[in-house]
Amino acid sequence: MKARTRRFIWIAVGVLVLCAAAAFVLNAFQSNLVFFFTPTQVSKGEAPKGRTFRAGGMVKENSLVRDGNAVRFVITDTLQEMPVTYVGLLPDLFKEGKGVVAQGKLGEDGIFVASEVLAKHDENYMPPEAKHAMDQAAAAKAAQSLKP
Amino acid sequence: MIPELGHFALILATIVALIQGVLPLTGTFVPSRTLQVTLQTLARPMAILQCALVACAFAALATAFLTNDFSVTYVAQHSNSLLPKPYQFAAVWGGHEGSLLLWVLLLAVWSMAVALFSKSLPLDMVARVLSVLGLISVGFLLFILTTSSPFERLLPAALDGRDLNPLLQDPGLVIHPPMLYMGYVGMSVAFAFAVAALLSGRLDAAWARWSRPWTVIAWTFLTFGIGLGSWWAYYELGWGGWWFWDPVENASLMPWLVATALIHSLMVTEKRGSFKAWTVLLAIAAFSLSLLGTFLVRSGVLTSVHAFASDPKRGVFILIFLAVVVGASLSLFAWRAPRVTLGGRMELVSRESFLLANSVLLVVATGAVLLGTIYPLIIDALNMGKLSVGPPYFNAVFAPLLVPTVFLMVPGSIARWREAKLSEIAHTLRYSGLAAVVLAVGLPFVLGGWSFGAMLGIFLSAWVGLGTLLQVVTRLRKPGRIGLSFWGQHTAHFGMAVLVMGVTGVNSYEVERDVRMHVNDVVTIAPYSFQLKSLSEVTGPNYKAVRADVEVKRGSEVIDILQPEKRRYFSSAMPMTEAGIDSGFMRDLYVSLGEPLDDARTEWSMRVYYKPFVPWLWGGVLLMVLGGLLAALDRRYRT
Repeated sequence: MKARTRRFIWIAVGVLVLCAAAAFVLNAFQSNLVFFFTPTQVSKGEAPKGRTFRAGGMVKENSLVRDGNAVRFVITDTLQEMPVTYVGLLPDLFKEGKGVVAQGKLGEDGIFVASEVLAKHDENYMPPEAKHAMDQAAAAKAAQSLKP
Repeated sequence: MIPELGHFALILATIVALIQGVLPLTGTFVPSRTLQVTLQTLARPMAILQCALVACAFAALATAFLTNDFSVTYVAQHSNSLLPKPYQFAAVWGGHEGSLLLWVLLLAVWSMAVALFSKSLPLDMVARVLSVLGLISVGFLLFILTTSSPFERLLPAALDGRDLNPLLQDPGLVIHPPMLYMGYVGMSVAFAFAVAALLSGRLDAAWARWSRPWTVIAWTFLTFGIGLGSWWAYYELGWGGWWFWDPVENASLMPWLVATALIHSLMVTEKRGSFKAWTVLLAIAAFSLSLLGTFLVRSGVLTSVHAFASDPKRGVFILIFLAVVVGASLSLFAWRAPRVTLGGRMELVSRESFLLANSVLLVVATGAVLLGTIYPLIIDALNMGKLSVGPPYFNAVFAPLLVPTVFLMVPGSIARWREAKLSEIAHTLRYSGLAAVVLAVGLPFVLGGWSFGAMLGIFLSAWVGLGTLLQVVTRLRKPGRIGLSFWGQHTAHFGMAVLVMGVTGVNSYEVERDVRMHVNDVVTIAPYSFQLKSLSEVTGPNYKAVRADVEVKRGSEVIDILQPEKRRYFSSAMPMTEAGIDSGFMRDLYVSLGEPLDDARTEWSMRVYYKPFVPWLWGGVLLMVLGGLLAALDRRYRT
């Protein structure tokens, strides 16, 4: 009986530890999800303030400005535009007129402060998020033109 | 002509694999004794024949690459006449179709190895194991033949090839995929043994002993493959990172975590006859995760340097295959598991319980990685929005789960089987534990600053390293021959200690500078100074590059000239960064070229890193690989 009680206690402890681990994992998961928003969504105010998110689309032509190690550029989905600042080296495949995805926070002034500009591995490749943003905008435009 | 022969060889191989998959297995069911033996003896020759045929197909494709046969679509897409010969050969697995062919070739090689080195196995077990491997092979061969044949012709033939992705033109590519695949595919052998044991109903110590060396070898290859991938990303991508929690990296890490749990669980099954059901589940999980990895990487759901194709048919095929494998093996398990007996009793404090705890922790860690890897894919597939799970999640989850795992490595290998006393273990480890604490408190001040993470990491590394040395010394004092598996275990554990130190060192004490530099500008990261001496144009076989000469000084003594490059390959507009690295025992100095900041290209953005302990990462991995090899070569398994 005594051995059995002790074993029961150990198993209960084991289950509790597992539950705690699961709760901890899910909690970390919840607080580290990074959502994606298109410039159109950002302009409508759908993006959260003060929380990290991803935004993507095309780098607007002639929008890239360097200032020391900082760069400024504009992400567009052809409907709306979003100014971005970033400090650091841009990835090899960053180019005006090409797709881009940036991760960071939206400032009070509406400027997106990127902590990361995502590098991709292939010149012909369009980041899926950026493609998604362009497709959404194209669909919205098409819907607009159908209205009388 | 040769590509057609290759294609034909693949078709023949599929038929042979089907025979290998069906007939020997049937031979284990039929009542007639003579028929049993006839069918079962087919397994070995069929496995060898299949391997020869797949090798022919592979050789045909390699020939097409080396002779620049651009009438083959796959060659035209992944090679170029200017590409250096070794890369032309490596380009065979530089794309989707060829890498699957490599998968199948390695599976056939593993099957042949099982056929040749299984003299001690009863014939019916050989028949079952080779049948399971044959059926897996049929699945993959059909996949290649129906959706991704590398032998398809291009009409009219291309004048020249599109060239291999410049990122892949590197010695790392030549060996990283074959090693990683050897690990992935090797899990199929552990899986085949588990399924064979379930089929026979003989889940016993003998099964565990047969399965162990194969599983350890597969684990060793997997470890080496992951290490190579990390090393390659470190020096080739030019971002100075060695692990990015990229879904593709996770896809290789998950089978590794489960395989690590599996080799330890197999030991318990062999020595004590316990954990049988758990071991079988781990074997099934390890192979399923390898398949999932193949699916994630090859189906195009993930886009990265590893994803080649986005043909939905292919993804669906692998997904169905995965479902069949997982579904069938779990059903078999559910059917047979009630017959699995419990093994020897164990007490709450014993080697078994430590190993079980570690097994569970590794599986939970795998689950956490799996969640973070596939959740965004599922949400996207269900059209519920786009999101991503970044490194912060993985770091937040992985460290707390792995810290106790690493900690338990030492008491786990000291505790007695069946019943151990905590007080005895504590007594044995009192000095090494104390030394680890002292190092953890003292060393951070020497290295440049105290932080909780650094202290914890150094403690764990010293705890495992000293604990391992203690066990080796204790054993050496005793008489008797020491088996290779003893050395294997402790070499691998010591490798883990070195790896943990590497991770801790580079995470806690790395210094990074993003700077703009003209010729003759100097950046200083004490005690090193980096001076940009000159910029020059260089021409490679299939690229042009800007090369910087950066003189590195320590005080006034010149220790190295680093030559980072920015390459532009002729075949694509894509620039490539080649980092310049100076490796020492304790640190790497790492310089990479960013981009020109003015039109005259005289001012460049550059990234300069001081990366302590990076060589320890690679050293730790190599020690683990060496440990795996030693353990697999132990004399016990060669009977």
